Amino acid sequence: MIELENVAYSYGGAELLSDISLKLQPGSFHFLTGPSGSGKTTLLKLCYAALIPTSGYVRLFDTDVRAMERDDIAMARRRIGVVHQDCQFLNHLSVAENIALPLTVSGRADDSEMDNLNELTGWVGLTARADALPPELSGGERQRAALARAVIMSPDVVLADEPTGNVDWEMSQRLMRLLVELNRMGKTIMIATHDLALIRAAKPHVQARVLRISNRRLQLAGADL
Amino acid sequence: MRLNIDLLRSILWGDAQADRVVPPTGFTAWLTLFSSAAMAFLAVFALALSLATSRLADRWGDELARSSTLRISAPEGQMAAQTDAALLVLETTAGVASARALSNAEQRALLEPWFGPDLPVETLPIPQLIEVIEEGSGFDAAGLRLRLAAEVPGAVLDDHTRWREPLVRAASRLRLLGWVSLVLIGGAMAAMITLAAGAALAANAQVIGVLRLVGARDGYIAQAFVRRFTLRGLMGASIGMVLGTLAVAALPRAEVGGGFLTGLGFQGWHWLWPLLIPLLAALVAFLATRAAARRTLGEMS
Repeated sequence: MIELENVAYSYGGAELLSDISLKLQPGSFHFLTGPSGSGKTTLLKLCYAALIPTSGYVRLFDTDVRAMERDDIAMARRRIGVVHQDCQFLNHLSVAENIALPLTVSGRADDSEMDNLNELTGWVGLTARADALPPELSGGERQRAALARAVIMSPDVVLADEPTGNVDWEMSQRLMRLLVELNRMGKTIMIATHDLALIRAAKPHVQARVLRISNRRLQLAGADL
Repeated sequence: MRLNIDLLRSILWGDAQADRVVPPTGFTAWLTLFSSAAMAFLAVFALALSLATSRLADRWGDELARSSTLRISAPEGQMAAQTDAALLVLETTAGVASARALSNAEQRALLEPWFGPDLPVETLPIPQLIEVIEEGSGFDAAGLRLRLAAEVPGAVLDDHTRWREPLVRAASRLRLLGWVSLVLIGGAMAAMITLAAGAALAANAQVIGVLRLVGARDGYIAQAFVRRFTLRGLMGASIGMVLGTLAVAALPRAEVGGGFLTGLGFQGWHWLWPLLIPLLAALVAFLATRAAARRTLGEMS
């Protein structure tokens, strides 16, 4: 689905990531960890073509990102749900409209999809807040709204960058349960987090691989957790 | 450029949802509206000027070129004889359609603006005027002058070239200035809308970022902005055009009966010309915003 081959990325000369190779198989569940500033967010951005690698190849759904037009990237993003640590919404639209935004922009906002929207809003526990505006939401509610928005198109892949960064332990466990549930439905999940406790708590519930960025390279961790 | 019906329809009616994804803006909307109204108002005058000078140049260049004047100065006793001789010469000249001696009443009317009414023309040594109307490619002025010199010694032929040409040149130059003004007004409007659209795009960078993240195509994002600015340009220019046209209609008449001057306003179907201004303004707004949106979006990930 998403494939990185000998990828390197540097910001203005200083190399942040080098020689990264990674293949996200359908239905897999990955944690991406490493100290802050190690390049987790950069690696995720490479995975949804927000950044183009300095060298090496990134392939989204078997297409090289360098060969993709801007519209091709837009189409690929409809198959990749992204949750940011600092989730951004359209502040003048209600929570429900924000969750439905991917449907709106892809011209699929019809009635049957609206039923999905209600179901999904219930699933993330935001039914009562559906008419609120995003600035009125708490940190946890924002994260759940962002997750709902990321999955409403029923994407093949969900990429989450510190999805539990701004919420308390209990809320982070709820979010993790939602992500695990999505994985059981067949979605490919990759979660970047620096929180090892979160990974340990999730391990009993899902067959997850843990990747660690260290010294600009990607290593498979796991046994040592 | 793809400017088909579908595109036009989506611009005018659009997708209500697509329009909602960009937050409404108050202040810049009014500025855009005001500026395009002002530009359209000025465009109406530039257009009126161009069309009026164009008419003037045509009239002076064409109508007056078809007529000449023969002036006969002779002692009182010979006036009638020389006039008859001149008319005879003119009648036998190739290229002359008709020649007619002006009556006393007509000559008095010509002098009236200068000397007032009731001038006793008969008692004054005023030359006799003969109006000559040309046909086809006109007559050979030099040849005619030679024949007249031989047969009617008191006759002077004036084919109007001397004073007509500078007037036609001036009118043509004025018309050119009018068209240049129209082009400048269009360019200024494009620049202004580009700036306004650039400001709107910059102010909405976060909105655009969110839309890109959830898989919106550039065309979808651009459309919301393009539609707004096109409609603002259309509406502002319509208001300015109506006000400008009313102002032109309210201009006092400058025409004197049958004179060779022309009013500054529009004439006949020329009144339809201003209707083009809002359409052109909308087109300019459409192209300017689309270019600005493409440039801005191209710089984003």
